Amino acid sequence: MNEMIKMVVVLTILSSVSGGLLAAIHDGTAAQIENQQLKFVKGPAIKTILEGSANDPIVDRFKIVDGETELSFFVGKFNGKANTVAFEGFGKGYGGDIGVMIGINLDDDKLIGAAVTTHSETPGLGAKSKEDPSFSLQFKGLSVDENVKVTNDGGGINAISGATITSRAVCDAVAKSLASYKRLKPQLAEQIKAFEN
Amino acid sequence: MAKSIVQEFTKGLWEELPPFRLVLGLCPVLGVTTSMENGLGMGVATTFVLACSNILVSLLRNIIPPKVRIACFIIIIASFVIVVEHLLQAYAYPLFLKLGVFIPLIVVNCIVLGRAEAFASKNGIASSTADGMGIGIGFTLSLGALGAFREILGKGSLTIWGDLGYNLTSVFPSFQPFEFMVQAPGAFIGLGLMLCAINAIGD
Repeated sequence: MNEMIKMVVVLTILSSVSGGLLAAIHDGTAAQIENQQLKFVKGPAIKTILEGSANDPIVDRFKIVDGETELSFFVGKFNGKANTVAFEGFGKGYGGDIGVMIGINLDDDKLIGAAVTTHSETPGLGAKSKEDPSFSLQFKGLSVDENVKVTNDGGGINAISGATITSRAVCDAVAKSLASYKRLKPQLAEQIKAFEN
Repeated sequence: MAKSIVQEFTKGLWEELPPFRLVLGLCPVLGVTTSMENGLGMGVATTFVLACSNILVSLLRNIIPPKVRIACFIIIIASFVIVVEHLLQAYAYPLFLKLGVFIPLIVVNCIVLGRAEAFASKNGIASSTADGMGIGIGFTLSLGALGAFREILGKGSLTIWGDLGYNLTSVFPSFQPFEFMVQAPGAFIGLGLMLCAINAIGD
């Protein structure tokens, strides 16, 4: 009996201490990790989506609090008008969260592009969602009212062969982002005016 | 019978060189050694986890109940692996992207658990630290060597932290990179050849 209590106590203490340590590490490095991701992952994705914009979208950004999460929006200027935003949404993939950056034109409510940013999918299968441009090109030009799903689920997106779960997760991320876009559009239109000059 | 601290340290560098002598932890050895930089990065990350977990396991060796020792070791190891993962993300993001899933997989690397179980849980802090550092540095050097071997043959280049790259094809224009060596089967061939060489040298 004594041994039993000791086992429980030791495991509990060890788990709590390690949990606390990890939370501290997580908080301590969060800001630095965000910078690094902006520089190495989100930056290139944003630049691909907002290609040809007159400004630097990574500098021209703002944040909106949506429910419990805070979303970063990157502004793109085309033809002298700040009318495009890029932002990131997440879906549950095969190996964890998949980040998908999408760009939306506020004037005609159409997707101007989508790109996978962070993922931990299988190399050669799910990882293709990031590497193979023909997959993400399917999102270009879709309306924000579109039902974004893979063809198996009754949508219009062709899944990557061998990576249905990944493809679903990407669609899910885009669909969620579109939903928050529709919800936040009035605020977005308001905020984006600040970048007009 | 007890070895000195120095002996505990140096045995990891030759006598018990992890991938070649113990032939343990081969998954990352085969997986990440497509370049010298990746190999060394993986080695340093593993060394950190190995040394820290050895120290902590050794400190707690009289507190941890024997029946749940493996669970305790895994909690300790997994915590340090997540620390490494966060540090890499924060300060060496490109390397983190290249090593990918192999960083979280350090948790199940048999060298780390093996040292905790076979050594640190039975020895004092000083010799456990020396053991962890020695095995870790041996592992790092082995991965670096295998990475360099594969990279030179497979790509004709040698990259050390990005810009310090050295391109062999510019020195020997007739050298044709043998791309097979940087692909997965090349890892087995490379490891096999190095095992041969190490065994030929002997003790």
